[in-house]
Amino acid sequence: MIESKLKVATCSLCGCFGCHMSLLDLDERLFDLAEKVEFDRSPLTDLKELGECDIGIIEGGIANVENVHTLLEFRARCKILIAMGACAISGGIPAMRNHYELKDCLEESYTRGIGLVDAQIPNDPEIPLLLDQVHPIHEVVKIDYFLPGCPPSADTIWTFVTQLLAGQPIALPYTQIHYD
Amino acid sequence: MAESSTLAQTIRDIVQRHQKLPTRLLQILREVQDRLTWLSTEAINVVAEELGISPAKVRSVAEFYSFLYTAPRGSYDILFSDNITDRMLGNRELLHYLADRLGVAINGTRADGRVSVGTTSCTGMCDQGPAALVNGYALTRLTKPRLDRIVELVNAKTPLEQWPREFFEVVSNIRRADILLGRHFADGAALRAVLKRGPEAILEEMVKSGLRGQGGAGFKSAAKWQSCRNAPGEVKYVVCNADEGEPGTFKDRVLMQDYADLVFEGMTVCGRVIGARQGFVYLRGEYRYMVDALKATLQRRREAGLLGAAILGDASFEFDIDIHLGAGAYVCGEESALIESLEGKHGVPRIRPPFPTTHGYLNKPTVVNNVETFASAAKIAVEGGNWFASRGTAESKGTKLLSLSGDCERPGIYEYPFGVTVRQVLEDCGARDAQGIQMAGPAGHMISAKLFDRRICFEDLATGGSFMVFDQRRDILDGIRNFAHFFVHESCGFCTPCRVGTSLMRDLVDKVHTGHGTRADLEEMRKLGQIMRVASHCGLGQTAPNPVLDSLDQFPESYERRLRSTAFEPAFDMNAALEQARWLTGRTDPDAYLDEEILSRAMP
Amino acid sequence: MSEEPRFTLDGRTVPFQDGQTIMAAALAAGIYIPHLCFNPEFTPHGSCRVCLVKVNGRMQASCTTPAAAGQVVQSEIDEVREIRRGLLQMLFVEGNHVCPACEKSGACQLQAVAYYVGMLAPHYTHFYPRRPVDASHPDALIDFNRCILCELCVRASREVDGKNVFAVQGRGIKAHLVVNTPSGKLGATDFSLSDKAAQVCPTGTILSKHSGYEIPIGQRLYDRKPINVVGDVAALAVSKGGRRHD
Ligand SMILES: Cc1cc2nc3c(=O)[nH]c(=O)nc-3n(C[C@H](O)[C@H](O)[C@H](O)COP(=O)(O)O)c2cc1C
Ligand code: SF4
Ligand code: SF4
Ligand code: SF4
Repeated sequence: MIESKLKVATCSLCGCFGCHMSLLDLDERLFDLAEKVEFDRSPLTDLKELGECDIGIIEGGIANVENVHTLLEFRARCKILIAMGACAISGGIPAMRNHYELKDCLEESYTRGIGLVDAQIPNDPEIPLLLDQVHPIHEVVKIDYFLPGCPPSADTIWTFVTQLLAGQPIALPYTQIHYD
Repeated sequence: MAESSTLAQTIRDIVQRHQKLPTRLLQILREVQDRLTWLSTEAINVVAEELGISPAKVRSVAEFYSFLYTAPRGSYDILFSDNITDRMLGNRELLHYLADRLGVAINGTRADGRVSVGTTSCTGMCDQGPAALVNGYALTRLTKPRLDRIVELVNAKTPLEQWPREFFEVVSNIRRADILLGRHFADGAALRAVLKRGPEAILEEMVKSGLRGQGGAGFKSAAKWQSCRNAPGEVKYVVCNADEGEPGTFKDRVLMQDYADLVFEGMTVCGRVIGARQGFVYLRGEYRYMVDALKATLQRRREAGLLGAAILGDASFEFDIDIHLGAGAYVCGEESALIESLEGKHGVPRIRPPFPTTHGYLNKPTVVNNVETFASAAKIAVEGGNWFASRGTAESKGTKLLSLSGDCERPGIYEYPFGVTVRQVLEDCGARDAQGIQMAGPAGHMISAKLFDRRICFEDLATGGSFMVFDQRRDILDGIRNFAHFFVHESCGFCTPCRVGTSLMRDLVDKVHTGHGTRADLEEMRKLGQIMRVASHCGLGQTAPNPVLDSLDQFPESYERRLRSTAFEPAFDMNAALEQARWLTGRTDPDAYLDEEILSRAMP
Repeated sequence: MSEEPRFTLDGRTVPFQDGQTIMAAALAAGIYIPHLCFNPEFTPHGSCRVCLVKVNGRMQASCTTPAAAGQVVQSEIDEVREIRRGLLQMLFVEGNHVCPACEKSGACQLQAVAYYVGMLAPHYTHFYPRRPVDASHPDALIDFNRCILCELCVRASREVDGKNVFAVQGRGIKAHLVVNTPSGKLGATDFSLSDKAAQVCPTGTILSKHSGYEIPIGQRLYDRKPINVVGDVAALAVSKGGRRHD
């Protein structure tokens, strides 16, 4: 059996936290999981620092500079990196902005509203700068596993995690492969 | 109002001259464009109406061919040939020079509508480049002084007919002649032979000759003719494939220019053998400069009783030849796409079987052969199959015309018996320092110096005739990149692996070429190439990955030295992807960049 | 009586009639070979290449390759599956397939075939083309982002409806579906939802405007059972989650 617990980190980049909600939907299986793994940085633990991990699970695509930094850090610290959900895998709903010029997106959001006074596109250095398009994470770093779904169901996540932890090849049953 | 009615009248006249035949659509559109410089929606609608077909059908043809424009274009349309051999001769510098001097953006049209400048796939002038086309007419041996002259001519609105003749001079550069190019041929000799001895006897000679398709695929010509002869049907056709779109080949140009009689005679013999009364030459658009001369030759032959009704006075021997001009589509060299194009459609390869020998032009039995094949056939009809077969190797009889270009002292046409070694060819053309050759064009194979003892024949290295030499100074990957872009441009878009795969491959090659690739990308290229090779609908997609796959094996170092040491690199330039946002926000703080340094710190 | 000719497909013996393709014979024998541009009601097209099989060791499209006696055909082998998966991945990155935002999701043949070949992610770099949506027709909507150029609508409109509403224009990666009117708008045609062309699209490109999300996600056509069991959406009645309007 596994001696020391595997370390798992998760994060949400340009996503909606839906995949993380699905993770929580594991319900009591989370206890089983907690016996085998220890969560490092994750919205579940609220730890902000990323340690050396065995597994990193990424929700969401790449839309801004901060997403890039986080993803690169995960890639550097995690032995195995997993793209979870439609946004991480193909950009998902946020990538629908790729139909438009960034200029139009920002102007629509910040300068064309009703009753705006002194409207301008924010330029505060605190705000992560946007990439001109949203990208899936495999276009930025190497990804070891893909877990499709919007979000992937708790059952899908569970099958995947148990197979991965048991060192088995990943083989999701038909009903657990979904792009929606 | 008046303007649009003259437009309509102009088009009506053109359509009328083509007997309102939809099969003439491509020819009609070419002529309409010659008059109007581009095909406006209005022009397309009139053509459609006159022909009684839907505007969408006309537009699908107009949008398919590179030389047809559905957006305004300059009265002088100058396209630089952009084959790797033109690049070796410095065409990019000339392109920029001309665009600057004319004050026009590359791929753009000058505001006054006078001139456009762009690039096009290989124009078949590799032995006399850098080359270009002006309104479809070939310009050769371009130099800056020549371009200076061209700038003056364009700005002075000088009609093309008054441009200096030498700008358009196309020379043949025959460097080595053997039985095909070397021996005298008396016009009509092959026709007399077929009349005297009969089709069966000539077919028998063809069998004995062992002649194989000189377009590159090497199908036995006698078997093709026989199959078409046996195919049921009264109406049959002979088609000469003079599309010669493979970058680096120009031997068909030389045959059409200097040996047209021989080619026409071969077609006529074929017509007699299979029972066809009509032949077509599908001539690539790049060779339009020779159309008038070819038509004159056809007329002369008719007058001499070598073509038309009652050939050699025999009322049962009737055969005529028509010339169809392509309009910039490499895929139309593929025989079934060529037939589609001949029928006036866009050139998407058909499903085979059925093959053209039973279902070809207008679904009638059709022989499609390469220019050189017909020329050889004419000789065989006169001299006999054994004579031809005495040259060459066991499986490849006769001779092959090679088009030599790239890094050699004497580029041009070399006729060799099949079986000649690559080394011998290199020696003869004065290529002293070759590191590799691209054999048979981008669709063929890349051969490194280790393999120079291989022989040119169907048993070993098959070729349609393109032979481009890269010497030690060259970066092989420049060539590979050029070819990858070529295939993106030329894919017809019908099938998934080629339509999408060529673009994916180009992006991977560009990534490695610009120093952003990793070993993972090379692996990716191999996998992608394999899918394209086995899954594509026609030869274009099946061979499109060849340059990459070959060079990965033969020239690994040209990839290796460009690779990053990292395991993985992003698929896009992340810092460039922030440019828009930086501009919109005016930010210049450190967090507004994702430069190499930041990335490399984060990357393992 | 002469024996009916046969070939083998993954070891099973398949009888065929002269002139039948491998696909047609397999279909008649109840064996599924994944496909997108093929629809038994139309002349084979051979463009998607997803129906690729290995015939006597050579990859060929089963929808256009004539069956021949003694052929050894392999379909469900890793080598073929991997190529099919690659082709599906190409189709996904070429267009914009945001399944979570697509009404067709769950009853989409493209998606179902992707599930069938085990595609977990599109793998390649996304093209993110900018293609329009045409909502000009009172009853139908065309989202060109999802078109895979199978030309089934083109064929159906021309061959069955006699309307010639659709066409493909452009070359290479620029090839795209168009509506055959001067404005390029569907609203300007006599297209109707009861047209054959409205019922053959293997993707969510051509949709009815007036129905949406009637069947919840999770209970749709391919949500529980794979396409080799369920069959093509275009061949199924509306009551079964298909979209035949008869
Ligand atoms: C993409 C593609 C382009 C081709 N281009 C030419 C060409 O320019 N000239 C030619 O003779 N054959 C070309 N071919 C080969 C033809 O399909 C056909 O095999 C040939 O014209 C038959 O003539 P042959 O038997 O005399 O060689 C091409 C094939 C492909 C797949
Ligand atoms: S391989 Fe396919 S897309 Fe490419 S040219 Fe041939 S038919 Fe067209
Ligand atoms: S058409 Fe199919 S694959 Fe495309 S987005 Fe809709 S459901 Fe997904
Ligand atoms: S709209 Fe649908 S049926 Fe028509 S070509 Fe596109 S994917 Fe095929």
